[in-house]
Amino acid sequence: MLEGNGAASEAMRLARIGVVSAYPVTPQSPIAEVLSDYVSQGRLDAEYVRVESEHSAMSVAIGAQLTGVRTGTATSSVGLALMFEMLGVAAGLRLPIVMPVVNRALVSPWSLWCDHQDSMSVRDSGWMQFYAEDCQEVLDLILIAYKAAEHADVLLPTMVCMDGFFLSHMSQAVMVPDQEDVDAFLPFYEAKNLKLDPSDPMFINNLTPSTEFMEMRYQQFEGFNNASGIIKETMAEFKNRFGRGYQPVEAYRCEDAEAVIISLGSMSGTVKHIVDQYREKGKKVGSIRIVCFRPFPTEDLLRIVPENAHVGVLDRSMSLGAQAGPVCMEVRSALSERRPDVRVQPYVAGLGGRDLRPVAVTTAIDQMLEGTFNPAAQWLDVNENAMTIRRYTEVA
Amino acid sequence: MLTIKDPARGLVGHGVSTCAGCGLELAIRVILDILGEKTVIVIPPSCAALFSGYGNETTLGIPGIQGNLENTAAVAAGIRAGFAHRGMTDITVLGMAGDGGTVDIGLQALSGAFERGDKILYVCYDNEAYMNTGIQASSSTPLMASTTTTPAGKLVNRKNMMQIVGAHGIPYAATASVGYIEDLRKKVAKAKDADGPAFLHVHAPCPTGWGYAPAKTIEVAKLAVTTHCWNLYEMVNGKEIKITKQIKKPAPVKDYLVLQKRFKGVTDEGAAEIQAQIDTEYANLERLASLAE
Repeated sequence: MLEGNGAASEAMRLARIGVVSAYPVTPQSPIAEVLSDYVSQGRLDAEYVRVESEHSAMSVAIGAQLTGVRTGTATSSVGLALMFEMLGVAAGLRLPIVMPVVNRALVSPWSLWCDHQDSMSVRDSGWMQFYAEDCQEVLDLILIAYKAAEHADVLLPTMVCMDGFFLSHMSQAVMVPDQEDVDAFLPFYEAKNLKLDPSDPMFINNLTPSTEFMEMRYQQFEGFNNASGIIKETMAEFKNRFGRGYQPVEAYRCEDAEAVIISLGSMSGTVKHIVDQYREKGKKVGSIRIVCFRPFPTEDLLRIVPENAHVGVLDRSMSLGAQAGPVCMEVRSALSERRPDVRVQPYVAGLGGRDLRPVAVTTAIDQMLEGTFNPAAQWLDVNENAMTIRRYTEVA
Repeated sequence: MLTIKDPARGLVGHGVSTCAGCGLELAIRVILDILGEKTVIVIPPSCAALFSGYGNETTLGIPGIQGNLENTAAVAAGIRAGFAHRGMTDITVLGMAGDGGTVDIGLQALSGAFERGDKILYVCYDNEAYMNTGIQASSSTPLMASTTTTPAGKLVNRKNMMQIVGAHGIPYAATASVGYIEDLRKKVAKAKDADGPAFLHVHAPCPTGWGYAPAKTIEVAKLAVTTHCWNLYEMVNGKEIKITKQIKKPAPVKDYLVLQKRFKGVTDEGAAEIQAQIDTEYANLERLASLAE
């Protein structure tokens, strides 16, 4: 039995990371603790750098990875926000650092609990992003992430996101593969392209003129394009070796569906359960789960969204000031030109640790089946007092 | 690209785009001369980034990375950890940051690395303001110095960085100056061999920011020392302090101030106040040094 955090630590141990830099932040802290235990017990041959901030955690990982060592760090929420500057450096230096992100709301107000505002806020930072549905997937996706990220045609850092508490602190039976099998799947790490080595000196990351900057950004763009196929190949290889199969985007009972809910992470379990209930009643309802948010699986999505479907996207974060949350915007962008038959309804649910209650999902599905549509985000399961709580009022 | 017919003797190439008379340029040439090829350098965006180079050119003959302004020590710590994992223990990992990148925004990462005992050599070249961005004051800018963000002169005294470093009890810390090259060379060699983190605080006068003729960098650097405005000493394990350049008869601080336009607005009363501040600091340093004897 492992919790999501434990599954992440096991995956990083199996990946033989050589340098760990970690800083505690709820609900990620158990990863930092367990990796520290592994190092002190000798179960993991790594240097453990007990950094003083997440900014330094990523800075240490970058420095270490440049010496040709696979590194590991993990973070959450405000920690990810503090790291922001260095996320772009890891990406631009094409360092395939893999980092579990335990999803937690961003301030303000303070919340310790799950939503996706943290990782969604860094979706343009040049990192690949995978979202796990359960604890087994946390472990598997981390191993897949290392392998795909380190491919010479990819070289992109990767976040493996898991819902705070819902996954990070939930125990589940997890198959932990043998080290031998992982070693065969994930070979010894060697620095490709950039490296710090006195026998082959190079200066990395100096000021770059406009005559080259765009080209280097374009290389990252191409890295993401290459990643789309390489992730699939890696997932297929993982299935051959370990028996568990994944897809960048997964369809559930979508054939002939009139209403389809798109979600990611642990919400998808609830959604699938409710889809089953509708199907039992003969209602044509399906669900789609996005596993790989960056690169976004546009082509796969185009293929699996059923004809003339009403699609509802459950965002666990909001792009304030926009019509929809980030996942919905992405889905709309993917479908807009090529699937005029499909209507995409944005929904927001489950912020700041609020459970995705069945009523939120059934409300959305019922609206779609009725044909109700509103181009702006509908907030599901929001209390009626939303506009009056903690509200400033003049005292007479 | 220019073809250099007469290659540089050291690890820093010709044609660096630093200002004429740059104190930092002299410092980095001397430091890398002592440290040698088995060195990896971390440089933040700063005047030192002129040595990182531009586009596909660099001035340095050693591997390096330009990190971010606040994380020189953390990137260096990561490189050290990576080399340690690979069993490569004979490489010096050098952080080379200015005063802004050290005493202001870089203080947290530096403190973290020193507390952990990461074996890095951290050099703070101190030109006493943010020179690369246009002469804005840092917490290392001295009292009453005019900068673009303290146009009427800085109202408060500078931070005592060596005391902060000393509080970490690291094996070796020292101040140095480009006006005293032999002293600097000895201290770099000691810092290289330190059994743990080492810190060098190198006074690097800046003709552009301080307002003096480029030819006078050494004169200004020496006067800083002979007036007690910049004292040369070592600190072992955070407590054993040894003054390495004793100035028997210090010149009046005013001799140092009048050479520099940044102190142009300082009145006689102001100069007296600076003198009193400098005297107090030196007395304190002597007291600390006497405790170590």
